[in-house]
Amino acid sequence: MMLEIEKINVYYGAIHALTDISYNVKEGEIVALIGANGAGKSTSLKTLSGILHPMNGSIRFLEEEISTKAAEDIVSKGIIHVPEGRKIFAPLTVMENLEMGAYLQNDKDQIACDIRGVFERFPRLKERQNQLGGTLSGGEQQMLAIARGLMARPKLMLLDEPSMGLAPVLVEQIFEIIQEINKQGTSILLVEQNAKMALSIANRAYVLETGSIVLEGDAKEVMENSSVIQAYLGG
Amino acid sequence: MERKNQNPIVNWIVKSKILGILFFVIIGAFAVYKLGTALFDNPSLFLQQVVNGLQLGFVYALIALGYTMIYGIIQLINFAHGDIFMVGAFASFYSISRYNVHLWFQNLFPSVPVMLAQIIGTVTVILVSMVVCALLAYTIERIAYKPLRTAPRISALITAIGISFFLEYFGALNFVFSPNYITYQRPFAVKSWFVGPSGFGSIESGIAPPAHSIIFSNIFLIIVFASLLLLLVLQYIVKKTKIGKAMRAVAYDKPTARLMGINSDAIISVTFALGAALAGAAGVLYAIAFPQVFFSMGITPGMKAFVAAVVGGIGSIPGAFIGALIMGQAETLSAAYISTPMRDAIAFSLLIVVLLIRPKGIMGETSSEKV
Repeated sequence: MMLEIEKINVYYGAIHALTDISYNVKEGEIVALIGANGAGKSTSLKTLSGILHPMNGSIRFLEEEISTKAAEDIVSKGIIHVPEGRKIFAPLTVMENLEMGAYLQNDKDQIACDIRGVFERFPRLKERQNQLGGTLSGGEQQMLAIARGLMARPKLMLLDEPSMGLAPVLVEQIFEIIQEINKQGTSILLVEQNAKMALSIANRAYVLETGSIVLEGDAKEVMENSSVIQAYLGG
Repeated sequence: MERKNQNPIVNWIVKSKILGILFFVIIGAFAVYKLGTALFDNPSLFLQQVVNGLQLGFVYALIALGYTMIYGIIQLINFAHGDIFMVGAFASFYSISRYNVHLWFQNLFPSVPVMLAQIIGTVTVILVSMVVCALLAYTIERIAYKPLRTAPRISALITAIGISFFLEYFGALNFVFSPNYITYQRPFAVKSWFVGPSGFGSIESGIAPPAHSIIFSNIFLIIVFASLLLLLVLQYIVKKTKIGKAMRAVAYDKPTARLMGINSDAIISVTFALGAALAGAAGVLYAIAFPQVFFSMGITPGMKAFVAAVVGGIGSIPGAFIGALIMGQAETLSAAYISTPMRDAIAFSLLIVVLLIRPKGIMGETSSEKV
């Protein structure tokens, strides 16, 4: 088991955001977390990446307890969190954004090689490498956010709403890229409001509702479940 | 209920902000007239003032950079910054008069020409002060500011004022720096040159320089060169190095920087140390220019540098530099042509004028965040 979350409770101040949540991600999988606004999807990712810490329960990544570790240490274990809203460093160039993704990598040749690889996958970013991050379009920013995440050479990538605010064509493109990244060996935990899209590429899925998991299973099963269809897939 | 004034003339006066504009135009015209006549009446005196203002401006620039960098990264106006500048001046005072740091190189390599040895000696003194100040600021940041990182900004601001008083009055203790005004021994002998219509030459003691020439000294040269060099080094660090890029990333978005594995606390500490190192260098240069050190010497230059940073656009490094140069000129020119006792008032009024016209400062970023 790559990532194993057991019975965590997370509070946002006085708000009990996640209640006794357990889920896991196996090596090489794409796992989708779906649910409505405020169900706790982003909170679970923030807890994994160390921005928030659970009150109790355990988070084990590659057999190591990480629930109390600081965000910067978790990155070095091999988990990268591509945050909601892309969070590009606007005053830094595209190149510098990528370099920040590789902040914990020390091998210069390897970084240069990774940048070449990222540019091959995202030719647009290569064209714009000296432009400021803030001047990119929404789709380009999302690509940059994913590319920046890849620069950390993650074993597990947490993607928070990668389709948010993008045109349908771009959404498809982003999801193809996610699948490609997965094929090359990175496990993916995907948080999405666009449940249909997420389930179409995921191996397994968990459905969150007000801080608890109400349904889990193979993506196909979840997709066929009538309550999910009603709630998230628009009939 | 709001009563609308229907008088079209009054309306126009209010809407077009004509009174405010007129006010600035008149002040501007007055300043241009004053400076213009000064330039025509006695161009060499005018240029002399500009040179003096430049010297002052460069020192302010080094202090202002620290203010602007620290503000840029944690939105804290570090009121203790001026006192770190004071500690820098004292560090150099002790390293010169107690430990002869400025002579170390000369003693190690006696065969090196005196001129070069003096330059290297001065640089050594500056570096010592920079290191002392960097360590001091690092310690202050860890003890006083870091625990307040998530507290409201006003708490950190009040702490900064507290640190400022602490440094001043701890320094004023008899066994620390003492409450006295102490004469500062420069690490090199002052040498002056003149340049003007009668050519260029060095000024020997006891002989008056030819009329209508501008006088400058090796103090001026060392201040200008050291400041420019430090500015370039800083620009290089911020723009090209990994740590500088991380500084900009942390300044922009701390949580996301942490998601990249950047230890934002460490980066903030480095920023403090870097800003303080510049203030330390400024302290040495200021003491060289005005050879006297005392425990409260940091207050006024610190304030003026802060104003310079705000005028330039707080958070912007080139802005701080430009603001400081303007501040230096405003101070010396108003002292020379308007009123010496009023110079600080005039320099500070400049802040108000600039902020009225450009609330974010000269180089202040007009925020354009993309969501």
